[in-house]
Amino acid sequence: MTKQDNTESLTFAQTILREDIPQSLLPDEKALEIEKKVVEIDSHALNFGPQHPSAHGVLRLVLEMEGELVARAVPHIGLLHRGTEKLIEYKTYQKALPYFDRLDYVSPMCEEQAFALATEKLLGIDIPERAKWLRVMFAEITRILNHILNLTAMGLDCGAVTPALWGYEEREKLLEFYEAASGARFHANYFRPGGVARDIPASLEDRIGVWAKEFPAWIDALEGLLTENRIWKQRTVGIGVFTTEQALAWGFSGPCLRASGVPWDLRRNQPYDNYHKVDFNVPVTRQGDSYDRYLVRVAEMRESVKIIEQCLSQMQPGDIKIQDPKFSPPPRADMKRSMEALIHHFKLFSEGYHVPAGSTYTAVESPKGEFGVYLVADGSNRPYRCKIRPTGFAHLQAIDELSRRGMLADMVAIIGSLDLVFGEVDR
Amino acid sequence: MADISVNPRQARLEGQLSSLAFTFLASQPHVSYAAVEKGELVVRTTREHLVPFLTLLRDDPRYRFEQLMDLCGVDFPARVQRFEVVYNLLSVTYNRRIRVVISTDEYGAVPSVHHLWPCATWWERECYDLFGVMFSGQPDLRRILTDNGFEGHPLRKDFPLTGYEEVRYDAERRQVVKEPVSLTQDFRDFDFVSPWEGMLTLPGDEKAHEVRQGMKRSS
Repeated sequence: MTKQDNTESLTFAQTILREDIPQSLLPDEKALEIEKKVVEIDSHALNFGPQHPSAHGVLRLVLEMEGELVARAVPHIGLLHRGTEKLIEYKTYQKALPYFDRLDYVSPMCEEQAFALATEKLLGIDIPERAKWLRVMFAEITRILNHILNLTAMGLDCGAVTPALWGYEEREKLLEFYEAASGARFHANYFRPGGVARDIPASLEDRIGVWAKEFPAWIDALEGLLTENRIWKQRTVGIGVFTTEQALAWGFSGPCLRASGVPWDLRRNQPYDNYHKVDFNVPVTRQGDSYDRYLVRVAEMRESVKIIEQCLSQMQPGDIKIQDPKFSPPPRADMKRSMEALIHHFKLFSEGYHVPAGSTYTAVESPKGEFGVYLVADGSNRPYRCKIRPTGFAHLQAIDELSRRGMLADMVAIIGSLDLVFGEVDR
Repeated sequence: MADISVNPRQARLEGQLSSLAFTFLASQPHVSYAAVEKGELVVRTTREHLVPFLTLLRDDPRYRFEQLMDLCGVDFPARVQRFEVVYNLLSVTYNRRIRVVISTDEYGAVPSVHHLWPCATWWERECYDLFGVMFSGQPDLRRILTDNGFEGHPLRKDFPLTGYEEVRYDAERRQVVKEPVSLTQDFRDFDFVSPWEGMLTLPGDEKAHEVRQGMKRSS
C-alpha cells in the first residue's frame, strides 16, 4: 500500500519537474522551439492614446512595432463624433453657425467664416466693407491663436516646456480681443451670414494696434528657444518627410502643403472677403519635414501680424452687417419703438431666412489648411445638407505614410506638426 | 442683389470655367450636365464612366486636377437613384475647382477612386458609414466615425435625429449598456410654412395643392 503510494507520488513529482526545468537545462531542440516562438510575437501592437497627452485630443493610434520602429500606424477616429452635420440639417442657418465654433475649437472664427461665406454665396448677398475688414482681422488673430497653441504644444511633446508657458500668456491677450468683440473667449459666434454680430468697442482697435507692435518680439523669443535649438532640430529635421507629389495626392493643404514646396494659399489664390486688398507673403519651404512645417507656421504668424496692421489702417467706420432686416436683426433700440423691427426680429430668430435652392463648395484658408463647406439648400430655412470638409481628416489619414519606418518617439513630432484637432476630424 | 464677382480675377476664372464646361459637354458623351453654378464648375456623369473621367481630369495636362479635396454623399429619398456622390477636385496648377456629381442607389456600387488619390479611402469610408453607399474595389470599406457595433446610416434622411439607441453606464452591472432612446420631451420639428401658404388642402383646390406640394420639403 505504502509502496504503491510512493511510486504514484514519485511519477507525479516527475511530471511537475519536467515542466519546471529551466530553459538552460532543456535539450537543444526544445530550446530552439521556444526561441522560435519569441520571434513570432516580436512585432507587437502599441496603443497610442486615446488618453495620451501627445495625441492632441482623442486620437487612438494602433502602432505595429518592430522593436522601436513603427511598421504600421493605424489611426482610429470617431471618438468625438457628435453628428454635427446631422444636427445642422435640423437647425436654421443662424442656429447652425455656432456648431462651427465647436468643430476646430482652436480656430473658431475661421470655421465660421467658411459657413458664413457659403450661406452668403447661396443668398447672393454682399457684406459691407467694414465687416470684411473685421473678418479678415479676426481670421488672422485666429490664425495666430492657432499657431501659438500648435507650435508650443508640439514643443511640449518634444520636451520644450518654456514655449508653452510663454505661449499661453500671449494667447490670453488674443482671447481678450475675442471677448471684447464677441463676448466669448472661445465659442465666439461672431461672423454671421451678412456680416459680423456687432461692432468692436471703440478702444479695441488701439489695443490690437499696440499688441501688433509688440508681438513680433514674442515670435523672436519663440524662435530663439526653438529654431536653432539642437534638441529641437534633432527631433524634427528629416522626420515625417512628404514630397510634393505625396502631399498633393494625399489631399494636404495649408502649412503642411506649403512645407512640401507648393506655393498654394487660398487667401492669395482664391481670395475671399478682403484678402485681395492686403499685401502679404506666402511662406514656402522645400523639405516637407516636421521642422519645415514648424518654420512655415512661424513665418505665417509674422505675415498675419502684417495683415492685422493693414486691416487696422484701412478699416473705416461704417456698417458691420448687411442693412436688410430679412437677413440681419434690427438694433435693439429700434425694437422698442418700431413694430416692423419687432416682427422682423421675431421672424428672424424663430423662422430664420429662406435660402434659395442651390449648392456651393466654399473653402477658406483656415490656420490648418483648406476648410470647406459643401452646402446644399432646398429653398427652406434649414440647410438640406451641410458637408464639412475638415482639414485634419486628410492629414491624419496620411500618418501611416508619414511615419513609415520611423521611431516611436518621432510619432509625437509628426502628430504635433500635422496640427490635429479632433473636434474637427471627428465632427 | 450685389454682384459677388467684383474681382476681375474671379470674372476671368469664371470665363475659363464655362469654356471647360462646354468642352466636357462636347467631347465627353457620358457627361449629362456641365455648367457654371455660382462661379463653380459642376459636371454630372454616370457611375460607369466615373473612373476614366476622373483619371482624365487628373492626368491630362489641360486639366491637372491633382487634388481630391472632398468626397461626400447627399441623400434625396424621393429619387429613384437616391444618393448623390460629390467629388470636389482642385487643380493647384491652374487654380481651378471642379465638382463631379454622380447618382447611385443603396445597392449599386460606386467604383472606388483610392488608386487615383490615396486620400479617397477615408472619404469613401465616411460616405459608406454615414449613407450606406457601397464602393467597389475599396479594400478597406469599414465604418469610420460611428461607434463600434452601430447599426444604420445616420445621415440618411429617414434616420431620426435622435437615433435609435442611447448609451449609459450602468452602475449595478458595472458596464456600459445600450438602451432604446427614451425622450423626456417629444421631438419637436416645426413646419415653417405660414398658415396662409400652408393651408394647402382647400376643398375643390386639389390640383393647385399638388403643385405646391412639389415645393414643400420632401423629408
